[in-house]
Parts: sequence; structure tokens; C-alpha cells
Amino acid sequence: MKPLLRIDNLSAGYYGEDIIKSVSLDVYESDFIGIIGPNGSGKTTLLRLCSKILRPRKGGIYFENKDIFVMDLKEFCRKVAFVAQDILTSFSFSVSELVLMGRIPHLKRLQFETKNDIRIAEKALELTGSQGLKDKMIDELSAGERQRALIARALAQEPVLLLLDEPTSHLDIGHQIQVMDLLKRLNRGSNLTIVMVLHDLNLASAYCNRICLLDNGSVFKEGKPEEVLTYKNIESVYKTIVLVNNNPVTKKPNVALVPKEL
Amino acid sequence: MVKDLKKIIFSLFLLLCTAIIFGLIKGSVSIPLNQLFIKDNQLIVNMRLLRILAAILTGSGLAVGGIVLQAILRNPLAEPYLLGTSSGAGLAAIIAVIIGVSRVYMPLAAFLGALASIILVYSLACERKKAADKSLILAGVIVSIASSSLIVFLVSLFGDQAMHEMNWWLWGSLQVYDWKLILLVSIPVVLGICAIYIFAQDLNAIQLGEEEAMHLGVNTQSVKNILIIITTLITAGLICICGIIGFVGLVVPHMMRLVVGPNHKILIPVACLAGAIFMVACDVFSRTMFSPVEIPIGVITAIIGAPVFIILLKRGQKV
Repeated sequence: MKPLLRIDNLSAGYYGEDIIKSVSLDVYESDFIGIIGPNGSGKTTLLRLCSKILRPRKGGIYFENKDIFVMDLKEFCRKVAFVAQDILTSFSFSVSELVLMGRIPHLKRLQFETKNDIRIAEKALELTGSQGLKDKMIDELSAGERQRALIARALAQEPVLLLLDEPTSHLDIGHQIQVMDLLKRLNRGSNLTIVMVLHDLNLASAYCNRICLLDNGSVFKEGKPEEVLTYKNIESVYKTIVLVNNNPVTKKPNVALVPKEL
Repeated sequence: MVKDLKKIIFSLFLLLCTAIIFGLIKGSVSIPLNQLFIKDNQLIVNMRLLRILAAILTGSGLAVGGIVLQAILRNPLAEPYLLGTSSGAGLAAIIAVIIGVSRVYMPLAAFLGALASIILVYSLACERKKAADKSLILAGVIVSIASSSLIVFLVSLFGDQAMHEMNWWLWGSLQVYDWKLILLVSIPVVLGICAIYIFAQDLNAIQLGEEEAMHLGVNTQSVKNILIIITTLITAGLICICGIIGFVGLVVPHMMRLVVGPNHKILIPVACLAGAIFMVACDVFSRTMFSPVEIPIGVITAIIGAPVFIILLKRGQKV
């Protein structure tokens, strides 16, 4: 099987200093991959490279065997969508306007959205369970609602691959599960491939079929949750003591923190 | 929404027509509507027509310029002169007066001054081939302050004559006597507005943030560069014919955002109309309030604009 997205010996960074050092990773169709690692390990930088925001110094990224850095930006955005942690707008749009903007990569200049575009946007709202938010302004939403609206906008792009940067970091546990369940449903039902940066090791363990653990810009370990989330790996990368046992329901590894001072 | 929109556009058109009619009949001499087209009045009517045309151009151009800068700098306080065009133009014009360049070339000097200052601002703000919003605004403010103080310096050195020539200019005036100049300026303004409209979709995306726009397939950096160039050409052109007219480019975009929302595909044409109405109306006030004395148009726009702006700002900061 050919990978959908192939990250090949990638090195990149800002101002001449490499943040990402010779990273390789293959993403296959309908994967649900979590990128984890300590702060500053290069997770977000890797995601910015995958979404064409940043250019690599060495190596390359190939989407469906095409070098993404020579691909036309609009064409790329019709296939790959990105969900940010949060957005700040200077002027407030309504949720339906925001989601409709997901159609921009599919529109020509000066072309107004057609009925079909509006239908696709509505479907994206429906999939994320945010029809009720349609007429609300973005800055009136709670963090969880805004995250759903952002995912809906990304879905309106009709992507094959969805990249997410810590989509749950501002959410309480209830909303975390809601968003992750939604992504899992999309991953299964619509065959959407998902690559996400996550901080929460237990969420990564519960939802991802593969996990990539970054340490200081390089891949420390990559594989199934039970292969990556061992106390040895975690302790050596995060420099903290943890206990790893199994979640009795999911049978996946469960990481418990151990404070140094009790 | 669409139905409302048609109504809004229709009523704006009506308002514009009313404003134009008032612009034609009111002034230091009032001409009744039915005598507008008799031969004796032709000279006055022609002159007023010129003013109205200048007002429409300035209003639309500045309003659209304001929209663009507010959107790409993601700053609600941005206005067309923010990047230093106005004081650069002023400085060039005053230097032209002092070294005795013929009045005919004043607009050209102003135009070149505006271009020179934007180039200076851009090169100051550029770092690693990218101009960050904050650096652009800062560089704009610095260049503006520097050229304004140079203007004051030159005026105090060369005194009366320079001051007299400059006064109309610093507060703006729609008194244009030259058909050719207006036609010449209308080219960059009209073409510029059309060109900006082509980027309406991209402006919407950029509102969400530069990287967000890139995730939607918009090449943010080049769109920003193109739009800054177009806006500069529009503003520089307008400065040549009517000096510096404040507040239009700031207030009209905000007012129209409250009416039709932030979608640029709708906002741009609506603000174009609204800017034209605002300017034509302000011009009527400036001519008739203390007639025969004409109050500089920039004073009127500020007197009307400032309170409107404060009200908008106080209304829940939702602008």
C-alpha cells in the first residue's frame, strides 16, 4: 500500500536553526495518527510543514506522491484541510459564513458560492452537530462550539486528509471526548485520514491507531499506542515519572502521573 | 439576506441621487431645480458637477481603501493614510511649492511623494522578505510623524506663502477646476476599486488570520502586497486632487459592516456607495453652512465622523 502522505527525511526550522531534524513518517489512508511530545519538540512545526505554511530546509513531503511544495496552494487545500487550536477574527463572521469559507479553495475568483457549496457547508455543519450554531457569531461561541465550527469549516473543504493542531487543548473533558468522538466518526464513516498534534497522552492512546512520539525534533518512537506509550519511552522523553497501566474499558495504555512531592 | 441586500442597495442609490441633486442646487447661490439646465446657470452647474464627481471618487476610493487596510492589517483602526501616504504627499507638495515648481505639477509631486513614502514604509517594515502587520503600522506611523514635522519645519521657515498654499491641502478640498485632472485620477481609482473587488474572497479569508487564509488556498503574502500597492495608488491619486480628507476611510467601512456584515463581496460595493453619499453630503454642508465661507471638507468629515465613530465604538465594541 502506498502512503497518502510521506514525510521523507525532513529537516526544517526558523532562522537557520533546525527544529525538525531528519523526520520521516508515512501516513496511510484512514489512519488516525497522533503526534505527541514535550513542549518545543517540534510537533506544531511538523504540522505547519505538512500544511505548506513552512518550507523545509532539507527533505520533502509528498501527498499522493506529489511534492506538496511544488503543488498549487489551492489544489492542495482542496485535498488537505487544517484545524487550528483557535482563531481570532478582527471582525466577527457568523458560523455559517465561516463554514462557507471552507469552499474558497473550490471557488474561482469572483465566483459566488453556488447552491451546491451551500449544501456542502450545511452538511459539514450537520456532521459536526453544529446546525444550531449557524446564525451565531464566532466570538459568541464557547471554546468547544468554536472548535466544532472550525472542524466544520475544514470539512467543507471536502478534504482527504485533516490536520489538527491540539484541537482539545482549550476544552474540558466532556468537550474533549465530544470532539475526539466526532473525529473518530469522521475517520471511520467518511474515510477521512487524520493527523493531529495532541498533548493528552490518554486521548492519543484511546483514539489513535498510530502514535508518533517526537523528542527534540526527531522521531523517538513511532507505532501502535501500546508500543509507544510505555513508561520507559515516556519517562525518557518527558523527564518525569509515570505509571502506565491498561484502561479497563478500551484495553489501551493509560498513563498516570506520579508527583515527585507528595 | 439577499432580499434585504437589494433593498439596502436600492435605498443607497436613492440617497446618492438625492445627495447629488442637493449638491447641484445648493451652494453660495441656490439654483431652483427647474432652472438647473438653463444657459445662465451652466457654468455654476458644471463646476458643481465637477465637485460632485470629485466627492464620489474620494468617498468611494477612501472607503474601499479603508476596508482593504483594515482587513489585511487586521486592525479596525486602519485607514487609507495609515501607511504614511498622506504626509509623504504633503511633504513632497510643500517642497514643490518652496522650490517654485509650477502649480500644474503639484498633483504630480504629491503623487510621487505618496509613492516614495509607502516604499520607505515598506522597506522599513520588511524583514526576511515579509512585512508583519505590526511593523507596517509602526513604520507607517513613524514615517507619518517624521514627514509631518518636516512639513511644519518647512512652513515655519518659509512662512506665509507656503502656508497659504498648503492649508486647503492639509484639510482637504473638493474644489477641482480641471476636468482632465479628475479624469486622470479617476482611472486609478475606478480600476483600483474593481481590482480590489476581485480579491474580495481573499480578504474574507485573511480576516481569519494569515495562516488560516493560507489553509484556504490564499497566497496571503502576495495578495497583501498587491492590495497595498493598489490602495496606495488610489489614495495617492485622491490626495493629488483633494488633499487629505480624514475619517471617511475609517468610519464608512465600520458603518457598513454594521449594516451588511463583514463579507467583502457585499461590503465593498455597499461601502463604495455609502462613501460616495457621505462625501457628497459633507461637501454640501461645507459649502452651505457658513456660506459664502467654505469650510474645509476635512473639518466636516471629522465633525460628523468623530461622533458617529464614538457611538459605534461604544455600542458594544462589536464593530
